[in-house]
Amino acid sequence: MNQPENKTNNGETANGPSSARGPRLDPIGDALVEISDLTFKRDTRTILHNLNLRIARGKITAIMGGSGCGKTTLLNLIGGQLRSQQGKVLVDGLSVPDLTTEELFALRKRMGMLFQTGALLTDLDVFENVAFPIREHTRLPEVLLRHVVLMKLQTVGLRGARDLMPSELSGGMARRVALARAIALEPMMVMYDEPFTGLDPISKGVIAKLIHDLNHSLGITSIVVSHDVVEACSISDYAYLMGDGRIIGEGTPQEVQQSKSDYVRQFMEGLPDGPVPYQYPASDYADDLMQGDGR
Amino acid sequence: MNLFAYLGAWAMGTFERVGRASLFLYEIVAGSGQLFRRFTLVIQQVYAVGVLTLLIIMVSGLFVGMVLGLQGYNTLVKFGAEESLGLLVSLSLVRELGPVVTALLFAGRAGSALTAEIGLMKATEQLAGMEMMAVNPVTRVIAPRFLAGVIAMPLLAAMFSAVGVLGGHLVSVGLLGVDAGSFWSQMQSGVDFYDDILNGVIKSAVFGVVVSWIAVFEGYDAVPTSEGVSRATNRTVVYSSLAVLGLDFVLTALMFKGV
Amino acid sequence: MVGKKTLEIWVGIFVAAGIAALAMLAFRVGNLTAADVVDGYKVRAYFENIGGLKVKSPVTMAGVRVGRVTEIFFDNESYRAVVVMNIDGRYRKIPKDTGASINTSGLLGEQYVGLDPGGDEEYLRDGDKITLAQSAIVLEKLVSHFLFSQAEKPPQPKK
Repeated sequence: MNQPENKTNNGETANGPSSARGPRLDPIGDALVEISDLTFKRDTRTILHNLNLRIARGKITAIMGGSGCGKTTLLNLIGGQLRSQQGKVLVDGLSVPDLTTEELFALRKRMGMLFQTGALLTDLDVFENVAFPIREHTRLPEVLLRHVVLMKLQTVGLRGARDLMPSELSGGMARRVALARAIALEPMMVMYDEPFTGLDPISKGVIAKLIHDLNHSLGITSIVVSHDVVEACSISDYAYLMGDGRIIGEGTPQEVQQSKSDYVRQFMEGLPDGPVPYQYPASDYADDLMQGDGR
Repeated sequence: MNLFAYLGAWAMGTFERVGRASLFLYEIVAGSGQLFRRFTLVIQQVYAVGVLTLLIIMVSGLFVGMVLGLQGYNTLVKFGAEESLGLLVSLSLVRELGPVVTALLFAGRAGSALTAEIGLMKATEQLAGMEMMAVNPVTRVIAPRFLAGVIAMPLLAAMFSAVGVLGGHLVSVGLLGVDAGSFWSQMQSGVDFYDDILNGVIKSAVFGVVVSWIAVFEGYDAVPTSEGVSRATNRTVVYSSLAVLGLDFVLTALMFKGV
Repeated sequence: MVGKKTLEIWVGIFVAAGIAALAMLAFRVGNLTAADVVDGYKVRAYFENIGGLKVKSPVTMAGVRVGRVTEIFFDNESYRAVVVMNIDGRYRKIPKDTGASINTSGLLGEQYVGLDPGGDEEYLRDGDKITLAQSAIVLEKLVSHFLFSQAEKPPQPKK
């Protein structure tokens, strides 16, 4: 299962918006997460349009896209915090929207999630934060629990910081503690929501290395949602590019980066204007100025 | 917008919130069963909402009792009935001021803190994080705080009344020279355990439920931004105060026995 | 953050103080100690007017509380108020011809039933009726009585 990704027989490169695509022979192999025809609306605004996506078991998959393109919503749908109105979300063969609360919680014990802010519990110190999921879900004796927690903290290199409170941690450290907590129950999958945002280059490197190492040593399936193209591409085995609630490109990181599509080009190279317009939709500028009264 | 549409929207919004709050209360009560196995969680919160509120309750109780002593003396002395000062002070405290003032102070001190804490936990994704760790935040975070409030309120109200009576004693006997013996005996013959003290305890228990409920709901329902949390905190204090005063009338009317 | 032990101790103190306060209210402020009427027996008395007497008003003999009023109702046949009193079991030797009167403690104080012992050899028992009953003094009647008697007197010349 942990064979290197077969990059050669992936005939399809990123080819612009591809929302209405039928089932296809996929290059991914054994998929842990399968999303098909997923549409999600919030009020009247459609956030995700007919999304099709597969996450390979034991791999790192990057989902890249601009701010507000629905990446975080996608993670919430996979984690079952949101329920889709239409389409399928399968995680390890279970249909997430149809699970009862108990079943969903059982599934979540096998998923970790790293939040953008870290989401550490502010009234507990680092040690207790990492111990939290273990205390909640198991009845490990204190000695054993200490071993497990120290091991996780050692993995992220913060064993020495165990007595600090979350408020005393830097952004990068907080994220590493959150990562140690996310893997405390040895999940099959970890979802990273913008793991690189707001970090200095060194911390970014540390997080990228951790994601990579955890994937390789523990075989944890990783979903990295990010708009940091360079970092995300550097660690991922497969990448999806999202724009405006649709998949606009996919393939290995190299393939995505070499794509010819305007959309993909704009995003990968960071051009201010292009298929994704610089201006938020508005009426004609001149008309607006002439209107005079009101706002 | 026309007035009817506005009123309609307001009414719908209000009903929606009340419905959500009721379902939320049900969820809390259903979730608190598990807490008896992990009572430490509740104890920690009793510390936060009870012990930390103790000082303000005691000091307020003392002053309210002393003021009642002074004010009551002025009125009673006109009828030569200053021996009844103890009765007046204790009845006012036990039946009315103890539960009500404690609930108002509790809403301001502990209720607002609860709302802010829960709202911030929501804003910083701590609650969502818990959910993703397969931990139900209602059981783990909300229910212990709610239960702690319900436990703490009657105890705080009792302490308020007790300290208030002592404050009244201090002023009447120490300052105004009312006879200590008649102060206490008038009080004991006039204050009934069931009609007065128990009713006061029931009142404060009801207030405890309502204030804690409003506080945790507003926190949980807050818009997860700094502005949203500050508004929610505000609402907790306003709504709890109104609810306490309104319910006080209803409860008093229910427990009132015709002469 | 406070240590776990200290926290638990504080909560313990808090709960103990709360219960102590409740106990103080119950026993010191309220009348739970005066283990009200023990092993009581019921006696009734008929009054023309009970004034402001209430259920739970005290019943006293020689100023000592011996029981409480448990029930007050209007008797349709005699057109009088019936006051049922619960007398403490310790006071079983109250003569049968004891009189009852409704008095007021102080000018505006609460009203109570005062019992004045007679000289009978037999004692009151459960369900007995007190025949000698003096009604409450109603202040208005007293005042009007006084005013009328004043009006009948010839006016006094001023000094």
